[in-house]
Amino acid sequence: MAHAHKSGTVRVDALKVTAKAEDGTETTIVHEVGFEIARGEVLALIGESGSGKTTIALAMMGYARRGCAIRGGSVDVFGTQVLACSASELRGLRGNRIAYIAQSAAASFNPARTIMAQVIESALIHGSLSAQAATAKAKTLFRELALPNPDTIGDRYPHQVSGGQLQRLLAAMALLNDPDLVIFDEPTTALDVTTQIEVLVSFKAAIRERGITGIYVSHDLAVVAQIADRIAVLRHGRLAEIGAVEQMVSAPAHPYTRQLIAAAAPVKRKGPEPLSESDEAPVLAATGITAGYGPAGPDGLPRIKILHDVGFSLRRGETLGIIGESGSGKSTLARVVAGIVPAARGAVRLDGTVLPPSLDRRDRETLRRIQIVFQNADTVLNPAQSIAQILERPLAFYHRLGAGARRQRLMQLLDQVRLPRSVAERRPSELSGGQKQRINLARALAAEPDVILCDEVTSALDTVVGEAVLDLLVEIQRELNVAYVFISHDLGVIRSISDAVMVLQHGRVVEAGPTEALLADPKEPYTRLLLSSVPELRTGWLDEVCKGRGVAA
Amino acid sequence: MSRRMVKLIAGRVLVALATLLFVSAVVFGATQLLPGDVAQAILGQSATPEAVAGLRHALGLDVPALQRFVSWLGGLLTGDAGLSLVNRQPVGDLIWARLSNSLILAGIVAAISVPLALTLGITAAVWRGSLYDRAVGVVTISAVSIPEFLVATLAVLIFAVHLQWLPALSFMPRSATPLQFLRAVAMPVMTLSFVVITQMVRMTRAAVIEALKSPYVEMAALKGASPARVVLRHVLPNTVGAIANAVALSLSYLLGGVIIVETIFNYPGIAKLMVDSVSMRDMPVVQACAIVFCAVYLLLVTTADIVAILSNPRLRHS
Amino acid sequence: MSETVTDTAPAAARPRLRLNPVAGLGAAIVLTGIVLAVFGQALSPYDAGAIVDVDVFGPISRAYPLGTDYLGRDMLSRILLGARYTVGIAALATALACTMGIGLGLFAAVVGGWTDSALSRLLDALTSIPSKMMALVLIAGLGSSLPILVLTMAFIYVPGCYRITRALAVNIAAEDFVLAARARGEGRLHIMLREVMPNMVGPLATDFGLRFVFVVLLLSSLSFLGLGVQPPYADWGSLVRENIAGLSYGAPAVVMPAVAIAILTIGVNLLVDNLPGRARAGGH
Repeated sequence: MAHAHKSGTVRVDALKVTAKAEDGTETTIVHEVGFEIARGEVLALIGESGSGKTTIALAMMGYARRGCAIRGGSVDVFGTQVLACSASELRGLRGNRIAYIAQSAAASFNPARTIMAQVIESALIHGSLSAQAATAKAKTLFRELALPNPDTIGDRYPHQVSGGQLQRLLAAMALLNDPDLVIFDEPTTALDVTTQIEVLVSFKAAIRERGITGIYVSHDLAVVAQIADRIAVLRHGRLAEIGAVEQMVSAPAHPYTRQLIAAAAPVKRKGPEPLSESDEAPVLAATGITAGYGPAGPDGLPRIKILHDVGFSLRRGETLGIIGESGSGKSTLARVVAGIVPAARGAVRLDGTVLPPSLDRRDRETLRRIQIVFQNADTVLNPAQSIAQILERPLAFYHRLGAGARRQRLMQLLDQVRLPRSVAERRPSELSGGQKQRINLARALAAEPDVILCDEVTSALDTVVGEAVLDLLVEIQRELNVAYVFISHDLGVIRSISDAVMVLQHGRVVEAGPTEALLADPKEPYTRLLLSSVPELRTGWLDEVCKGRGVAA
Repeated sequence: MSRRMVKLIAGRVLVALATLLFVSAVVFGATQLLPGDVAQAILGQSATPEAVAGLRHALGLDVPALQRFVSWLGGLLTGDAGLSLVNRQPVGDLIWARLSNSLILAGIVAAISVPLALTLGITAAVWRGSLYDRAVGVVTISAVSIPEFLVATLAVLIFAVHLQWLPALSFMPRSATPLQFLRAVAMPVMTLSFVVITQMVRMTRAAVIEALKSPYVEMAALKGASPARVVLRHVLPNTVGAIANAVALSLSYLLGGVIIVETIFNYPGIAKLMVDSVSMRDMPVVQACAIVFCAVYLLLVTTADIVAILSNPRLRHS
Repeated sequence: MSETVTDTAPAAARPRLRLNPVAGLGAAIVLTGIVLAVFGQALSPYDAGAIVDVDVFGPISRAYPLGTDYLGRDMLSRILLGARYTVGIAALATALACTMGIGLGLFAAVVGGWTDSALSRLLDALTSIPSKMMALVLIAGLGSSLPILVLTMAFIYVPGCYRITRALAVNIAAEDFVLAARARGEGRLHIMLREVMPNMVGPLATDFGLRFVFVVLLLSSLSFLGLGVQPPYADWGSLVRENIAGLSYGAPAVVMPAVAIAILTIGVNLLVDNLPGRARAGGH
């Protein structure tokens, strides 16, 4: 019987979930996890990829993804034993008493149907409201979640609405049946910071007003600190620590929680003063860069313009951080410097010499001196080659080293990026994400460049792993006096590694200057917006920001 | 309909027409690779060179190839595909008489196999990994690798030789009763459906699985939607294009399948006409039959393309 | 170091080529097919051309394990002889088609631009002639001899092979690791041979297997129609044709050659479908 007793809490006991690999072997991915949530409370599940946080959240609905199976334990949602429910009883719970807000709203909406049809679908499935009443309620929710055009936005199709709005529409969908428990599965991870804060504000208001009981899954401690009452830290499918937000942030007990907190807190890796003499000539300089894609128009500029009149300069051993949100043109700028996307106007200078815009025209020595490290280490290493082949190629190509010398240098490089020499014979697929990113970096180092362009090199990594890569970058810079152009959407990362910062928006430079000076006293409204949107690891931050901006949270 | 869609659809139709023109050139060219052979073939090896030259002139084979191509194409467009070299009848009449038989056969096959294959493909996808799905998988992968004439001969062995339910040959009297007709087409239909269904099941299953993996399907399940609702409201609207493509490509296997089936069952369709004409090197008939087949193929795939464009929400509501 | 505790590498990959049972069965069938094609005649119990029994369309017996044909010849010996033609011609035609298709596909992918689109359009248009139809048209024009059969079938399957090669090459060339090689300053030749090609081997091998199946089926169909392998040579398709009169007696002579074809093609499909970790190449 599903309704054994009425209780005022959500209670998970000894939950065990397994996953089946392709060869049929089963591994446990959630081990004996248990916790309790009081009515009206929000519990955050924090952990890195592979920690089992989403698996646990889905198990609250009696749901396991393909290949996974719930193998033990109990989930009690206000008296309902979820794991004891039949398939049809589960359908009666889902979208009705327990609702889910997915990470990628854009993918979670069916592209073939209108938004309203999907928002009110759960009411129709469960027969809780008539179509008319559900539509009216949806519009109320749209208003509550501060969506623009609440009366007409439902008539649109998902591809006609922005990502931040879709995320809020997904929340409206979840709240339509006034569920007892709402599961937020990384709902703001895919958003830019300035969008994220708007979504967080509307979520927080809804949670407060409706007294929602929730589970908030996230990898981001700072976000969670704004929304949740308590935090459960997960690691390798086990519960590491659980406690109130204040206590977890100020006095974490478990070493892993401390590690997470340390990784989330901004670390200053650079001194306040620039490393080199200010009158030294820049090693790399760009002036008046205008670039884009598509055929050139009558004005000689490409049809789709990405960058407008962008310039910067960089001295040896220095790091220039370039920050911008998606669509700001920051990655294109790196490609222009590397010659992959030739600039339509403007010049890139290396030690004062103007470089040909396209890499086809650059000589090998020039190419050697500027190396680019791409974001996604999973795709940037050739899966058909061994690590040794990948690292020895630039040694042969740029330095024409013989086999013996290559081997020796290969071992040096592996030492330099703090990897065991045994990885040389492995293939990329046999390395972890962090290890692959180190190989990616080592390949650039093999060229012995003057400048390395780092394009979002830590974005795909878990925070702790990413922090270690940042430490490595700084150490290498000290050793080799190489200059970095460091591109990121993450202000925390930029702040911790850069000597100077440049803010890009819509392909234009908003503001640039020495890191500390600029971030302490931003002149431009956009820089201020960006700065104030980055979540801080303390409770009450969101409320303060809202007060400052004059919005109710 | 948006302007972009109209443009896209017009583009597909234009490409299909251009392809048909190109294909007719290839067909015409291929059948002209050994000129003179035709006249020689008709008159036999013992004919005098004068007689061969005379026949070539009479057949219009002594004018340049390009000129012949243009006049042949013009003839096709005005419905005049020339005369058969074998019996001097208009090619058009020969083809029309046979085409209707083939179309009836194809129509029955499509009416049986499309619903059956879609049901099998969709259910196999929904219950993927189950015993049912694996059984469907093994049967279809085996079936796609079996030559059509094995299927046909096995059908004859079972239904005509052992059970003696059906005649081994599709002998159709001119005024066939419906029962006679059904008995005549039963085995050709069975054989062709078998071939078409296996293809369609595989492609449909793949298309539906692709859609089932998407986050919006998971979202629908987490809203409490029943499996039937998930498939009907969420999966199918997004797989219309892919399924139309699967149906069109599978039905295009009919074009190859009928060649074997009409021959083995002696069914008086257009494919049998073409095979016979190839044996007798009756080029005007071969050419015209080939063009008909290619036109049908292009019609199928272009229709599927258009369905895909029409069903794409991003194009429909841009 | 902190990373070692949180960032675990996947377990070292197992040896690369380990076949599952189904793929093993497929491999065994394919191997047998090759052996029969090469040594078939040496293994056959009778002379394939000799009339050994007065009983035509004889049933399966101890002396004639697969029965006798329409002239009273031993079917097993006939099928062993036919293996040479079916497997040999199909393998040759497939090899030819794939060589040309891969060559053209790589060429188009490397050169790109106008040449690429023209070549792609042209070969795409050719695929709108159904393969059996194309074969009929070409044989009507050129007649049917063994070399012409091989060339015809190779020609028919060049576009398919081209399309897959080109698509693979273009897709792989768009990968980040190729971008990294370009940024390093590598030339086109190095990129194609060292970066792109090694990632194409698996899918292309799969494609070769599938195309071989298509060719076997097409060749058999043509022979069955009397337009393929001509007497005195005989492949499995022509064995079905010459014995078709036995169908109404339920003679094994009609069914056995067709079963031989089915076993071969199913074997190839099982092997190709169950190769470890190799996605089947697209196309149909």
